[in-house]
Amino acid sequence: MKNKHVNAIVVGAGAGGGIVAKELAVAGLSVVLFERGGWATYDDHDDDELISQRTTVLGNAFGPDDIRHRRVVVNSDGSTRIVLPSEGSYSNNAACVGSGTVSYGAMAWRFMEKDFKMKSTYGHVEGSTLDDWPIDYFDLEPYYEKAEWEIGVSGDHNANPFMAPRKKPYPMPAFTYNREGRLLHDTSKKMGLHPFSIPMLRNSVRNNGRPACYRMRSCVGFACPVNAKCGTHNTVIPVAIKSGNCELRTNCQVAEIVLDENGRATGVKYFDENNKGQIQTADIVVVAAAAVETARLLLNSKSKLFPYGAGNNNDWVGRNLQGHAYTGAVGLMDYEVYDDVGPGACMAINDFNHDNEGIIGGGALCNEFTAMPYLFSKMRPPGAKTWGLEHKEYQRTMFKRMIRLHGPFQEIPSFNARVTVDPEVKDFWGIPVARLLGKRHPYDRTGCEFMSQKAEEILKEAGAVQTWQSIGGGPGLSGGQHQAGTARMGNDPKTSVTNKFGQVHEIDNLFIADGSLNVTNGGFNPALTIMALGFYVGENIVKNWSGTKFK
Amino acid sequence: MFVPACSGYDSVWRFFSEAEAKTVIAFAEQIIPRDNDAGATDANIINFIDKQLTGPYTRFQEMYRKGIPAIENSSTNVFRKAFYDLEFGVQTEFMIKMEKGELPSEFWKEVKQADLFRLMLDHTMQGFYGSPRHGGNKNYVSYKMMKLDYPHVIGQNRYESKCATANLTES
Repeated sequence: MKNKHVNAIVVGAGAGGGIVAKELAVAGLSVVLFERGGWATYDDHDDDELISQRTTVLGNAFGPDDIRHRRVVVNSDGSTRIVLPSEGSYSNNAACVGSGTVSYGAMAWRFMEKDFKMKSTYGHVEGSTLDDWPIDYFDLEPYYEKAEWEIGVSGDHNANPFMAPRKKPYPMPAFTYNREGRLLHDTSKKMGLHPFSIPMLRNSVRNNGRPACYRMRSCVGFACPVNAKCGTHNTVIPVAIKSGNCELRTNCQVAEIVLDENGRATGVKYFDENNKGQIQTADIVVVAAAAVETARLLLNSKSKLFPYGAGNNNDWVGRNLQGHAYTGAVGLMDYEVYDDVGPGACMAINDFNHDNEGIIGGGALCNEFTAMPYLFSKMRPPGAKTWGLEHKEYQRTMFKRMIRLHGPFQEIPSFNARVTVDPEVKDFWGIPVARLLGKRHPYDRTGCEFMSQKAEEILKEAGAVQTWQSIGGGPGLSGGQHQAGTARMGNDPKTSVTNKFGQVHEIDNLFIADGSLNVTNGGFNPALTIMALGFYVGENIVKNWSGTKFK
Repeated sequence: MFVPACSGYDSVWRFFSEAEAKTVIAFAEQIIPRDNDAGATDANIINFIDKQLTGPYTRFQEMYRKGIPAIENSSTNVFRKAFYDLEFGVQTEFMIKMEKGELPSEFWKEVKQADLFRLMLDHTMQGFYGSPRHGGNKNYVSYKMMKLDYPHVIGQNRYESKCATANLTES
């Protein structure tokens, strides 16, 4: 049976796609929202560390599965290897309704003003495609506010002196610190820094019909057992469905965007929950499948006018793949600083994000999310025993004495860090898989060294009896859950994939609405920015759509 | 694709033969030995690894099937005894050599000894510190050892907070 034509298709029910679907559906457009996974709940894997989104050795709790999905990674010597979703270099994002917003740590960062103006702030960086966004912070500010209020954020809007100007406070009060957070707060304050409680997409009080967080240790990487974590799965997507205009089609793998001879999108080809090939037609197609899969889908959508993939006539699709270079330091206290108040991360310092002599960009420093026992078994100072009685003794005595102070360093984009499509390897449905290649810009290491140094100074001041740096940004390709940049927005079609509204150059009814749009990725977890982009792209589609075509 | 191999009717295990299991048990006990707290054998690590090798770890079957004889042949060659029959201290000596890749190379033509070491080390840690639902960490022994409450009961997870707070005040 033929699918009924709709106004809009949204591919991917994550942070960006869930929001676009809701914006369009509430405005009266008929929408089909495609998600390759299904609904996820805490009961699927409860607090099982080995099948979480954080530690995936026995599989990803919320997908994708190892049976049907794979990618190809190009090694530094040019050889290739096939990687499964449960392997780190796959650069996985969850495949479920809500995607990463079901199991994330839920930090709710707004990027800073300079994050949108990296090139004009720092100038050209050799070997990099560092650039300004075509929009600035103030263009996105109203949409950050929407994200904070419609999805739900707890925080103190006065606590971070480095935060860009904002109009409204957060809808919920800030979280209190755990013992480690309090210690780091007091210490860094004494040092003249500006610590504050991390804004979180998590209920500090009862909100939106869902209860307050009860501070479990197993939070990041897991679904919330009481639904206190705020994602698109428990906010905007239910609103979209309730509007009567949005059909959520789960367990569907979209294979290709269909383009007609005039180069316009007419719909998508997809495999339904029974693996049957189908076609869904629409007036508009919005792709929000996260940086790797969005690029793969565009590249797999070849047509007469776009022989190298949709929007790829200038070879920019899949370029500038970036994530974050996590870096920091570790300290051991001579008492138990751990009080089992989850999710661990609660205190941030933003003094090392911009305006540091000689450093391009920077990043937030936060105390880390609680490590689960297996993950902790790998956390040792350089040279420590990795097995035997000594390792066991460390596990027993140091788990509650360790503080990790880390943060996401803003990566300097590299044109050759990229997603292409593999010429041979195909997935379960016969769709060519993503092929990841290139490496990050060497500057990342320099920036990470700076931040790790700062983190170690704070830990020493806090009384740590032993400290060591854990420096990120090493060679290799970035991406991971913070993946971004592969369909960057820009004013010049020759050096970008979409215009400043997320509309693909030359295809007026094809849009992108996820982190792929990010020209640069900020020194922060990007979820709230992706949500803001979802509201921004969605609202502009609604404003400019006349009922049958764009005004 | 690798066809899941069966251990046969003469073994209580899903994948391992009883002799192979002895090697793995001895290896895992070296990784996490028993002291005042439970060790790898107590935590039933062999059950965890055996179970995963017929599930998500099917892809590692070949490593184990070829690697275990390499361990045993090396041991017989160097110490004139099966690895699982060696004294604990001698086993440790063997493990250190294997980790560094210093066992006689003639037995390690198909599997790299250091790679197998890392793989078995990692699987042992997973079985010991991961959720008991996968067949290891029997009776939550590792959580008990780390003083982590389990299961996690809503509103009642402030383990030993009195004692720890006293420490904080002193410092």
